[in-house]
Amino acid sequence: MSHLPLLAIFLIPAIILALATLLTWVERRLLGLWQDRHGPNRVGPGGLFQAVADGIKILFKQDWIPPFADKTVFVLAPSIGMMTVLLSFAAIPFTPLSGIAGTLNIGLLFILGMMGLGVYAVVLAGWASNSKYALLGGMRAAAQMISYEVFMGLSLLGVVMIAGSFNLHDIVTAQTHCWFILPQCLGFFIFLLAGIAETHRLPFDLPEGENELGAGFHTEYSGMKFGMFFIAEYAGIILISSLVTTLYLGGWLGPVLPAVVWFVLKTSGVVIFFILLRAALPRPRYDQLMALGWKILLPLSLLNVTATGTVLMLRAAG
Amino acid sequence: MNTLALLSGSLTLLGAIMVITRRVAVHAVLYLVVTLLALATVFALLGAPFAAVLEVIIYAGAIMVLFVFVIMMLNLGQPDREREKEWLRPRIWGGPALLSTILCAELIYSLSTLPQQTDSFSPLSARDVGLSLFGPYVLMVELVSFLLLAGLVTAFHIGRHRMENR
Repeated sequence: MSHLPLLAIFLIPAIILALATLLTWVERRLLGLWQDRHGPNRVGPGGLFQAVADGIKILFKQDWIPPFADKTVFVLAPSIGMMTVLLSFAAIPFTPLSGIAGTLNIGLLFILGMMGLGVYAVVLAGWASNSKYALLGGMRAAAQMISYEVFMGLSLLGVVMIAGSFNLHDIVTAQTHCWFILPQCLGFFIFLLAGIAETHRLPFDLPEGENELGAGFHTEYSGMKFGMFFIAEYAGIILISSLVTTLYLGGWLGPVLPAVVWFVLKTSGVVIFFILLRAALPRPRYDQLMALGWKILLPLSLLNVTATGTVLMLRAAG
Repeated sequence: MNTLALLSGSLTLLGAIMVITRRVAVHAVLYLVVTLLALATVFALLGAPFAAVLEVIIYAGAIMVLFVFVIMMLNLGQPDREREKEWLRPRIWGGPALLSTILCAELIYSLSTLPQQTDSFSPLSARDVGLSLFGPYVLMVELVSFLLLAGLVTAFHIGRHRMENR
């Protein structure tokens, strides 16, 4: 056994964390661009060190736990969020050779499982804070994330049926001739919506909902514990984007350039699309979000599974 | 491999004991999650990674979140902790604990007399699970789907009834 997997275990989380921190700056700059203003542009070249400055500020803040909170769970919640997101990256194949568990035969299910556990971060933060805004945010998060997990799993089934495997490596190699975004465009659309709801990003950031809940589930959090939620959210965006790339956009496949460059290019494209959605769309009401999920996305994803199955069976027969 | 299986097995047991003895409901649920994760590890070590991941997704990731959700709605406080403390007297759990210890000893004894199976086994893939579900066990799958459909219709009926009364 070479040292490469061991190196990857230490390097990949560090790189992801650095990218997530950088992403906070990228997002603010891009939002500035789209909303016809400057965004942070003072610290360092083009404001690049704004993320560092924010990090230093947040590190030196007083580490405060409210006296009315459940202390153990309060501290546990942000670390669960961070751990589940970082663990998910283990199964993602960045290049044909890399990935800590690159050829895990249940790779896709492993990532879904980690996302399922990630719900606890938000729900427990809401409960442990022992305050009404945080509790409401946590309850919204529980309902929203559990519902959208269903559609996320169902929308992925089409891809799994065509590739015939849960192994992400096999799914990418099955896209050599045709990216799955073409035959699975409905599944892609549903997965993207579910991904936004799963990372509770705008426009689906109802667990936070600043205008009605203060800051939702992390109202009582400050300092680096808030920072962990913040960075975990951005790492979650990178995770969903790299999943979209792997499942629908052909992963590392592409001409001329090396595999990892293609992967990074495609993933950054999806990340920028995520940020564009935030700039472009208003937040729906909570009941509208749930109705969209159960009344539109669930039938559509079931239809997608049925149609894909029918086509595959006809092709096998004919 | 054997050590790892024993370690996760004992984690399962420890977690289960902690579930029963916690007084705060959310702490108990958290320990139950740990128990389920340890159980998933046992499955994975036994060569059933598919079952292990389903355990994490369905039990730890979905059902337990619903538990936490319900507990959050109930808004339990200090009186509930006091009542829980009242219920956790040795006088109450002593008898059942003694009886189940006897059962456990019997189980361990009967397992130790069984012939040891040392055959090498291959890990079960999702394909194997699917083939046996829709092969020999297809009747069971259909029955479970009936049950789920009945549950769905009932839930729909209850929800609809309340809407009309309003």
